[in-house]
Amino acid sequence: MLRTVTDRWLRFVGKPVVFVAALVPLASIGLDAWNDALGANPIEAITHRTGDWALRFLLLTLAVSPLRRITGWSGVMRLRRMLGLYAFFYATLHGLTWLVLDQFFDWEAIAEDILKRPYITVGVTAWLLLIPLAVTSTRGMMRRLGRNWVRLHRLVYGIAVLGVLHFWWLVKADVSEPAVYALILSALLGYRVLVNRRRRAASLTAAA
Amino acid sequence: MLIRIPRRSEPKPSEITPKAVYEDRRRFLRTAAVAGAGAAFPALWWSGPAVAGRKLPGVRHNAQYSTDEEWTDYDDVTSYNNFYELGTGKDDPKRNARRLKTRPWSIAVEGECEKPGVYDLEDFIQPYALEERVYRLRCVEAWSMVIPWVGFELRRVLERARPTSRAKFVAFESVYDPKHLPGQKRRILDWPYREGLRIDEAMHPLTILAVGLYGEVLPNQNGAPLRLVVPWKYGFKSAKSIVRIRFTETQPPTAWNTASPHEYGFYSNVNPAVDHPRWSQKKERRIGEFFKRRTLPFNGYAEEVAHLYAGMDLRKYY
Ligand code: HEM
Repeated sequence: MLRTVTDRWLRFVGKPVVFVAALVPLASIGLDAWNDALGANPIEAITHRTGDWALRFLLLTLAVSPLRRITGWSGVMRLRRMLGLYAFFYATLHGLTWLVLDQFFDWEAIAEDILKRPYITVGVTAWLLLIPLAVTSTRGMMRRLGRNWVRLHRLVYGIAVLGVLHFWWLVKADVSEPAVYALILSALLGYRVLVNRRRRAASLTAAA
Repeated sequence: MLIRIPRRSEPKPSEITPKAVYEDRRRFLRTAAVAGAGAAFPALWWSGPAVAGRKLPGVRHNAQYSTDEEWTDYDDVTSYNNFYELGTGKDDPKRNARRLKTRPWSIAVEGECEKPGVYDLEDFIQPYALEERVYRLRCVEAWSMVIPWVGFELRRVLERARPTSRAKFVAFESVYDPKHLPGQKRRILDWPYREGLRIDEAMHPLTILAVGLYGEVLPNQNGAPLRLVVPWKYGFKSAKSIVRIRFTETQPPTAWNTASPHEYGFYSNVNPAVDHPRWSQKKERRIGEFFKRRTLPFNGYAEEVAHLYAGMDLRKYY
């Protein structure tokens, strides 16, 4: 009974609320663009804001399973796919901003950037790796891939590391902002290591 | 053509005497008028509570050294700044502008010269007629602006101090006030900010000390009360809020070069052929424009300054 109430609540309230809330950053960028409030360098502002939100959604996605473990609330897992897809959504907007607004299809400059600028190489790699995850995020794909789905989606850890590295490598001198993201990511990954180690220790004792 | 500085190939003023005499006289008269006005209203332009934004009187537009490109919006020039002492975000300097105390302010001129001295800001500036110079500014981050500076040629200051024959470089030091300046609470750069020029670069007529922009007293976020402007070099070479000018025999250490030597050279001349290791310098976005434009060697001032680097490998001395 309780389960179905939670299910219903998630489906008709929780998910729609998160869905709309996740569009607020985009709306805010759009509103600022409309009001000419993006500052002196609007393209840079859009690049930064979409990049920030791509990384934030990625970290939120990674926060879901620790949250479930800590709070015991398994319903939160139902939000994970949406958060992950939003990370992909903002990363795509971010990449398109760069491709269209910043470089304006200057393919030579684009190729050179991807090959020669490590932070761009890393960003593009992260985005490319997000594609298979987005494509296989449906329930049907999950079922079809079975254990391989879990294996494939472990890529998300690497992608998050690349995302933080991308940010770290692009700042000129003040790494305090990427450092905050690095700290959060370390906590999220460190937590998993701890849990895994404890679980293994527990199964060993059980076996003994 | 982007700039109305006479080309080196053009006849020198001395070869067209009548016009040159006429020009010289006009310039003399203007200078005299400006100096007269300055003497008649001593320190008037600094007084009053709101210093930044106050109109500077007696400013003569220097067409010879100014580009006629469209000026970048005043709001953009004063809200999109790299001035790490006031914060590393582009909008931080404007927001934190009041943390920079520009009065009292003194400037030390020292090192390899015959007439060193410590001057109060007003006394330091008083001898010079103010000129408007509309220069392109090219940031190392691949954006650019066109800014109407108000100031005077640095060489006038240097000549007055009588550099000795050992003076090969000029070093600049910016304000150090970690108590008030939020950016100096952390060691993002090795404070105080330091910059430097070779003496011939410092003596070049394009090199100015600015005290204003858009005809007004320099806003704090743009490096008040006194900053360097070297238009053919990346913006970070133009040190802000200067408190010390020092003649040296050896190349002085500079802030960004110390922080990351392989990315920021001592010379840092604008050069589309030498990329920053992390991004291309071939193009730039002029603030206010959508399409990027090609970056010009020496930021379009090659005719005037390229000879300073004759025979130098600009890939090595980036
Ligand atoms: C499609 C591939 C990508 C490209 C071409 C790209 C390119 C860029 C560029 C050009 C910047 C601005 C650099 C600057 O202003 O100096 C930037 C910033 C950033 N990018 Fe990316 N990026 C890509 C993918 C990603 C991904 C996948 C993420 C996150 C997971 C991400 C997160 C960020 C962040 C957080 C910033 C910094 C924003 C800020 O300074 O506030 N990027 N990226």
